[in-house]
Order: sequence, then structure tokens, then C-alpha cells
Amino acid sequence: MRPETHPLPVLLREIYALLAKDFRLEWRQRAALGGLVLYVGSTVFVCFLSFSLRGGQPPAPAWNALFWVILLFAAVNAVAKGFMQESPGQRLYYYTLVRPQAIILAKMLYNALLLLGVGLLGLFLYTTFLGNPIQDLSLFLANLVLGALGFATTLTLVSGIAAKAGGNGATLMAVLGFPVMIPMLLLLIKVSKNALDGLDRGLSQQSIITLLALNVIVAGTSYLLYPFLWRG
Amino acid sequence: MSKATLGIIISLVSLVVTVGAVWGGQRLIESRGRGAWKWVAVVLIVGSAVAGLLIPVPRLPIVNESIRNLFFHVPMWFGMIMVMLVSIVYSMQYLRRPSARLDILAHEAAKTGILLGVLGLATGSLWARYTWGAWWTPDPRLNAAAVALLIYGAYLVLRGSFRDDQQRARVSAIYNIFAFAAAIPLLFILPRISGNSLHPGQTGNPGFNKYDLDSTMRPVFYAAVIGWILFAFWLTQVSSRLTLLQHHHDDQ
Repeated sequence: MRPETHPLPVLLREIYALLAKDFRLEWRQRAALGGLVLYVGSTVFVCFLSFSLRGGQPPAPAWNALFWVILLFAAVNAVAKGFMQESPGQRLYYYTLVRPQAIILAKMLYNALLLLGVGLLGLFLYTTFLGNPIQDLSLFLANLVLGALGFATTLTLVSGIAAKAGGNGATLMAVLGFPVMIPMLLLLIKVSKNALDGLDRGLSQQSIITLLALNVIVAGTSYLLYPFLWRG
Repeated sequence: MSKATLGIIISLVSLVVTVGAVWGGQRLIESRGRGAWKWVAVVLIVGSAVAGLLIPVPRLPIVNESIRNLFFHVPMWFGMIMVMLVSIVYSMQYLRRPSARLDILAHEAAKTGILLGVLGLATGSLWARYTWGAWWTPDPRLNAAAVALLIYGAYLVLRGSFRDDQQRARVSAIYNIFAFAAAIPLLFILPRISGNSLHPGQTGNPGFNKYDLDSTMRPVFYAAVIGWILFAFWLTQVSSRLTLLQHHHDDQ
């Protein structure tokens, strides 16, 4: 048995080690990261080309909708490989070293940081190609952080589930993940629209609090359920 | 007593009632033999259907006679929510103490929920066509219903993609709990936040609040709700017994 004298510091150390491992892995196999960047880049470019047919910039609602759709699909692709690229032997090895809670928390944190990077990159490319109609940038960025966190917390457990099912994991992940994410997406798109239109922040307050609460619920449920998933 | 305290008391009472109903539902689903509750379900559903078509109803603009759909549409959703909650509780029990029986019960309860959800959607869609002029509108509550059905559709797809029984049971129990916790509470909150819904309920549409106060409709409505919830438990009992028998037969 592992020594249980200082559970919290041990957990934090394990999370830190796993996080460092994930980043190092990502950096060593840059193909996946490069693929993600190209995915976002080419989608934004396709949008640019199709909107340039009708005189440049899209109207704000279309800008908003496309931005979140691109982020959603990039998120599914980014998170999907997390659990699936690990071989069963590799998984078994991690599980002998650390506890399952550390694995799920580290994965969620890693995915959140990755998706935040993807989101910021997407925003940069988007503003370069399709213009920047955002009137309240700090609200938009705060919403983007919440979105990255929300996508990561939801999709991490879903990708774990899809990896267990084997076969075509990415399709299964979309099927399992999208319905769960629709309420979150509705809130994100609403706040994002408010930020685009520069509406009073009081209007977005309730949605942002709900988003925060949702993130806590989803992360908490994942934390509780992952050990059961791992037992297989 | 202030409005806020009253609200808290009502929420607490409905929480206790829901927990009790889920517990009672599990006992009914697992019970054997002919229970008097099945007669109660038959009498309540048939009675509420007949009474629902015959009793005088308030004549409101646009809604008119279609208000009688209240006795069918809303109780189906109540039945769905109850049986889905039962399914979640079975999934939790499965994770604590795995057995094929608990997995079958969770699965059959979810399937009953899907059936009632489809019925609720169909009756609602019909109603929407006659009162709002469209089969489907982008209303928060309609979106919520669609999301709930998509989640349980995904649950069935997930179950279909495993070959190993135990693996399927465990992972689908996890998804059942996760999807419910992540999406369903929000589906009750979102319509209240958006505040621009045609659908009656918490978001306004003051014309509809009169129905809640109408004293002739209320007893029939409550009878229909209880009847449909009992019917949902009954369906789950029958289908889970059948599946359990098949399971035992396959084992031998």
C-alpha cells in the first residue's frame, strides 16, 4: 500500500509529475500538436475563403457561431488522443505508480491548458483573417478560459469512456460528448455574443456563474467516477 | 412568511417527495406478483383520459380545447424524469456492487424513459403545431427535451459498442451518471435564465398560470401524473423481468 500520511501533497506531486510527462510527450511527438495547429489554421482559412466570396467579413452572429464550432471540433480532436494514444501496458504502468484521481485531474488540467492554447491561437487567426468585431475583449477572454476549462472537464472523462469502448473512438466521442456539451455551449455562445455586442456585463453575470458551477459539477463527477472506469 | 422561505420549503418538500418516489419506484419494479398498484395505474390513466376529455376546461384564447393535452403531455414527462432517476440510482448501485441484475434494471429503466420521452415529444410537437403554428421551435425547453433524448440515444450507442458484458455494464453506468449530472440539472436552469420562452412554466407566459389555479383541472392532472409514473414503473418491471429471464436462460 501507498503511504497515506499526507494525501494532498502526494496527490499534488503526482499531478505535477503527470502534467510534466504529458507536456514532454506532446513536445517530443510534435506531429500531433502540429496537426492540431494546422487543423485550426485550415478551418479558419476555409471560412475566410468562403466569406471573401461575399465581400470580406462575416456578420457578428456568424462570426460567433463559427468560432465556437471550430473550437468544439478542435477540442474533440485534441482531447480524443489523450487516452487513446496510450497502450494498455502503458496505462497499467501509470496505475501502479499513481492513484486514479491524480490521473484524471492531471489529464483535465493538461487538456484545459492545451485547449486554452488552441482557443487563443484560434482567436488570433480568426481576427487576422475574419476581422475583430469583439467590443468587450476581457469578457470574451474570460469566457474563452471558461470554455476551455468546460470543454476539457467534459471531454476528458468522455474520451476515457470512448477509449474503453475501443474501435472508432473519435466518432463515439462526438456521439457521447456533444449532447452533454450542448447546455454548456449555449451558455458560452450567449456570453460570447454579449461580449461581441459590448452589452452590459451584468447581463452575462448569471450565465458566467452557471458556467462556473457547471465546471465544478463536471470536474467533481469526473473525479468521483474515474476510479470506477480505471478498475477495468 | 416571505416568498423566498416559501420557495425553499417547496423545493425541500419536492426533493423529499422525489427521493421517496424513486425509492418506492425501485421497490415496485423489483416486486413480484400482481400488485394492487397496477390496478391503481390502470384506473388513474384511463380515468384521467376519460375525465380529461369530458370535464369543462377554461376557454383561453389560442389554446382553446387543446388545453386537454395537459393531461397527456405533461404526465409523460413526469414519468420520464422519474424512471430516468430510477435508472441513475441503479447505475450508482451497480458501481458500488456490480451485478448483472442491477445493470439490466438500469438499462430497462433508461429504455422506458426513452419511450416516454418520445411520447412526450410527439404530444408536445402536436400541441405546438396547433398553438404556436410550428412542429418545432427553438425554445429552451424543447432544446432541453431534445438534449435529454440525445443523451439516452448516446447511452444506447455506447452499450452497443462493447463485446464484454461486464465492461459494457460498468462503462455505461459511468456514462449514465456522468451525462445526467453534467446536463440534466442545467436543462432545468437554462429555461429560467433565458426568460424568453413561449413554453408555459417558470419562464412566464402568464396566460398559462391560470391553468395551475383551475380547480377542476387540478385533480385530473395530478391523477394523470401519478398514473403515468406508475405505468412507467410497471413497464420497466415487465421488461426487466423478461430480460432477466433471458439472461438466466442464456447462462444455463
